[in-house]
Amino acid sequence: MNRQERIAALKAAAKERILILDGSWGVMIQRRGLEEADYRADRFGEDKYPGQMKGNNDILCITRPDIVTDLHDAYYGAGADISETNTFSATVIAQDDYKLDPQSVWDINLEGAKLGRAAADAWTAKEPHKPRFLAGSIGPLNKMLSMSSDVNDPGARSVTFDEVYDAYRHQIRALNEGGVDLYLIETITDTLNCKACIKAIMDLEEEGMDKLPIWISGTITDRSGRTLSGQTVEAFWNSVRHAKPFAIGFNCALGADLMRPHIAALSRVADTLVAAYPNAGLPNEMGQYDEEPEETSGSVGGWAKDGLVNILGGCCGTTPEHIAAIAKAVEGVKPRTPVPSKHTMRLAGLEPFEVAS
Amino acid sequence: MTAAASQTFVNVGERTNVTGSARFRKMITEGRYADAVEVARQQVENGAQVIDVNMDEGMLDGAEAMRTFLNLIAAEPDIARVPVMIDSSKWDVIKAGLKCVQGKAIVNSISMKEGEEQFRKQARECLAFGAAVVVMAFDETGQADTKARKVEICQRAFRILTEEVGFPAEDIIFDPNIFAVATGIEEHNNYAVDFIEAAKVIRETCPGCHISGGLSNVSFSFRGNEPVRRAMHSVFLYYAIPAGLDMAIVNAGQLDIYDDIEPELRERVEDVILNRRDDATERLIEIAEGFKGQKGKAQEKDLSWREAPVEKRLEHALVHGITEFINDDTEEARLKADRPLHVIEGPLMDGMNVVGDLFGSGKMFLPQVVKSARVMKQAVAWLEPYMEEEKQRLGTVDVSNGKVLMATVKGDVHDIGKNIVGVVLACNGYEILDLGVMVPAETILDTAANESVDIIGLSGLITPSLDEMVYVASEMERRGMKQPLLIGGATTSPAHTAVKIEPAIRCAPVVHVADASRAVGVVSSLLSEDEKDNFVTQTKARYERMRESRAGGPPKPRLPLAEAREARLKLDWDAYSPPKPTYEGVKTFKDFDLATLARYIDWTPYFSAWDLAGKYPQILKDEIVGEAASSLWRDTQAMMQVLIGESWFQPKAVVGFWRANSDGDDIRLGTGDVFHTLRQQMVKDNTRANFALSDFIAPEGDDWIGGFCVTSGLQAEEIAEEFKTKGDDYSSIMVKALADRFAEALAEYMHERARKELWAYAPEEDLSCEELIAEKYRGIRPAPGYPSQPEHTEKETLFKLLDVENRIGVSLTSSFAMTPAASVSGMYFAHPDSVYFAVGRIEKDQVEDYARRKGWDTRKAERWLAPILNYDPFAVG
Repeated sequence: MNRQERIAALKAAAKERILILDGSWGVMIQRRGLEEADYRADRFGEDKYPGQMKGNNDILCITRPDIVTDLHDAYYGAGADISETNTFSATVIAQDDYKLDPQSVWDINLEGAKLGRAAADAWTAKEPHKPRFLAGSIGPLNKMLSMSSDVNDPGARSVTFDEVYDAYRHQIRALNEGGVDLYLIETITDTLNCKACIKAIMDLEEEGMDKLPIWISGTITDRSGRTLSGQTVEAFWNSVRHAKPFAIGFNCALGADLMRPHIAALSRVADTLVAAYPNAGLPNEMGQYDEEPEETSGSVGGWAKDGLVNILGGCCGTTPEHIAAIAKAVEGVKPRTPVPSKHTMRLAGLEPFEVAS
Repeated sequence: MTAAASQTFVNVGERTNVTGSARFRKMITEGRYADAVEVARQQVENGAQVIDVNMDEGMLDGAEAMRTFLNLIAAEPDIARVPVMIDSSKWDVIKAGLKCVQGKAIVNSISMKEGEEQFRKQARECLAFGAAVVVMAFDETGQADTKARKVEICQRAFRILTEEVGFPAEDIIFDPNIFAVATGIEEHNNYAVDFIEAAKVIRETCPGCHISGGLSNVSFSFRGNEPVRRAMHSVFLYYAIPAGLDMAIVNAGQLDIYDDIEPELRERVEDVILNRRDDATERLIEIAEGFKGQKGKAQEKDLSWREAPVEKRLEHALVHGITEFINDDTEEARLKADRPLHVIEGPLMDGMNVVGDLFGSGKMFLPQVVKSARVMKQAVAWLEPYMEEEKQRLGTVDVSNGKVLMATVKGDVHDIGKNIVGVVLACNGYEILDLGVMVPAETILDTAANESVDIIGLSGLITPSLDEMVYVASEMERRGMKQPLLIGGATTSPAHTAVKIEPAIRCAPVVHVADASRAVGVVSSLLSEDEKDNFVTQTKARYERMRESRAGGPPKPRLPLAEAREARLKLDWDAYSPPKPTYEGVKTFKDFDLATLARYIDWTPYFSAWDLAGKYPQILKDEIVGEAASSLWRDTQAMMQVLIGESWFQPKAVVGFWRANSDGDDIRLGTGDVFHTLRQQMVKDNTRANFALSDFIAPEGDDWIGGFCVTSGLQAEEIAEEFKTKGDDYSSIMVKALADRFAEALAEYMHERARKELWAYAPEEDLSCEELIAEKYRGIRPAPGYPSQPEHTEKETLFKLLDVENRIGVSLTSSFAMTPAASVSGMYFAHPDSVYFAVGRIEKDQVEDYARRKGWDTRKAERWLAPILNYDPFAVG
């Protein structure tokens, strides 16, 4: 299948059933007990890249591709339809923490996409009845456009829109070239950062780059039901609808129990697919996620049966066992029907504001 | 305006517009942005549903002013909750604005003034930024004035937008130009009518679109005569809204109710707006002067909170982030206080604690907290000269706030939370030394030493950072550093701090800081000479309790399981004849006398439930908490009287006895059920055994084990809830704490009955309540989840055997907590040598063995045994 055929297959599959995304990469990589040398390999010597490289999981796309391929395989094998590239922090802004140069950041995205592509294609060849798809992971930045970086000056920002835009544009081009089937803008803490990313995609497509589906996944960080930058669920949706996303949803921060009301709120307003991939509960007091696969799949399986979602997966702390359990729990469950488009002007500040036509 | 019309009509606030408000222009050109932000706030408070921001002033860098102002109001949740209309005739200013708004904004405006190509390009860009657009009825030849021109231009623009650019119709707002009427120029007389009629046609022929306009233009000729202008605006809206105007830029605070306009004025204004007679303008001018002096009723903000006492006003200002009155209020509080510092430590900190609570419970969110911190800073700034003056006068040493080092630990790059704590502290006058992210322990500690900082703050978000923090703490210990260590970040917890971090560092206090709003309270306590000792003692006591309940401790060498088993407690079973209980199976007990049970209450844990540390009854005379404890004690005794008199609780108990024999570390029951127990693996001297509970049961022959569950009943939670609904949280908490005590008392009471009467192995026992509390009797009643059997799932077996849920209504949650919470369960052992012990940390060999016995995989066992593992289950190699 070429990419256009895969996208068509993805859209067709989404009509048929609930799609499954993969689970956490962090916990799986952590389990490997990698050392500084694994992260650096030959390419990233301490002379050129001083400081610590351990913990920079994205760089494993270059230095330990075997592990990246293993994890794609583990998740596809567990029943995931979609796996994500290992590029969550692969922007020039986020990688500045590790003093990585733009070319290396480019290579992480390109190689990450190629590894995922090869894994997905191999599984599709093996199981043609269930084609596998690759989502280019585009994570948040450690710098936010809507939040002050200095309390004495609420107008201060540590980064500009153009810098964020350029960083995402760079990542998107590499992911696209590497062969991803869709983009997954995820763990969004600041909607303005996300809007810079959306604009980069729309501009690149306007300039002639292959058009791919966009999946937008925000993060509700606490019980107030707001994003970190203060928006309500519906305000968030209003602010990103112009991307005409293939899917909209939430991930991370909360376990399934606490996420449900926000997914339900989104499900009521979104005229597109709704996706959710919560954490395996909240971390316990010792910092470990201890929700059992059956607990997670029990919760999210309920959402599926209640017609709230179209795509399910796992975030922090979830494993292939969790994904397998979720896949099993939603087998044969009808996917949610998106609500019909409503032609009203839907503005937003931190709260939504709708003007009837 | 009528009420019905206002429901579908959108008010766009116009006062944050330099072209429309001289006052606002002055603020911006003079750089008084704080005042400008207040204007925006007032707009929203007055009902503006969208605020128009315009910085088109020749002397200004419009893009810079737009960026500055939008970034500032983004930090004001009261303002930022509404969408923004980015208003400029300059495209670069609009773009600068679009790069600052996270919500869906409106661009005001684009047009075909410079041709279709430019129009398409700008529209496409608005779409990519996710903004709605106002399209001015303006083309290459100029602004549309007549109805026909307005309609023609808007229809052409609509076609281009929807068909060529792909712009959603519902996001298009046409502005067909509201022009001034009653100017004295005859051609202008029909402008309002042109607008109203054009609006109607545009709405009909461009389905989905909206119509907007700058309302104040219409009354431009009556500048300086507000009453007439307001009447003109209201009348214009009254006719334009039914025609399709659904949005207008208005001063939301200054619209009259149509029906309230003085009838003569209203009639003459209508003549002008609707162009009903040739002399309409003259007739309005005739009477206009007579209305000029009348001021419209000033729009007041809700200031009722100003009537509260000063402490409450300070709290209100902190919670709502209002700086307007903070200097006056702080001054008033200062005059009331003995020392200026007491204002900070008293009402201001109290207010910040309210903020912390609201934040913690999800009723405030981060930007508001940061705002509260700003108010706090201003109040502190007001007090500073007085504190300085006091220092001079009393010759005291510098009480300056101190220096705080902050760092995200090695291996972690998350720093948003740390930055927030940093700014919150900074605005309370602390000097912040922020070392950034991925900071190795050496750098942190060297810097702390070289810069002689007062406090070290560590932050981290990912789980491995927890271990790194332990390492930093241990390094501090090795170096003998004295600075208090603060721990914060999403995965950190008081428990982890108590169990893992504090034991690693004895030379300095460690405090977990739950969130940014708590940081100031913690830091100020740690740096206050008056409060530090008390605060540190209380924190240490709290962590001590947490550790006790977890039986944790630093990893120590463990015995292999086989050796530990070899060192088990070897009782001489031949010399012992196990007592036979008076019954086998399960019995239920109810109808307890609360007054009797009350005598069995151990009150010390009751006080610690209220965070009052100390042993009862000495605590009532304690130097520090004595007063609070006594006051609580009086209230508690009052409640106890009513509680016992009216029998608020109906406690129940269930007790069972079964035949049992030990089998290695398991206890096999005659029923076929098995209790799994865990064995100590610590290295001991030769005289002391490595215990497991199974050691207390005979391996063969007759022996028995008991089990029990008691509860204060379901009523406690209902009563607590009733108090809560009435707003009496104090009593609500008290009821719950008492219910816990009654459950414990009943456990004590039933154990005594078991010994004397049910199992009857000590019928002659005669102990005082103090002796009971000190456990001076034969036999034990350990419970799953406690140190002798730290693994909670064993409760499932116990509950099944006792048929607890059916008999007394106590059930287990998915995490094996008992509900209702005021319940106690456990097992009875009768052997005279049976003792309580802590299993302590165990090694992987026992975890694997336990997993096998429970039929689990090792990972599951590690999860349930996580608090007592002597190794890191995620470590490799």
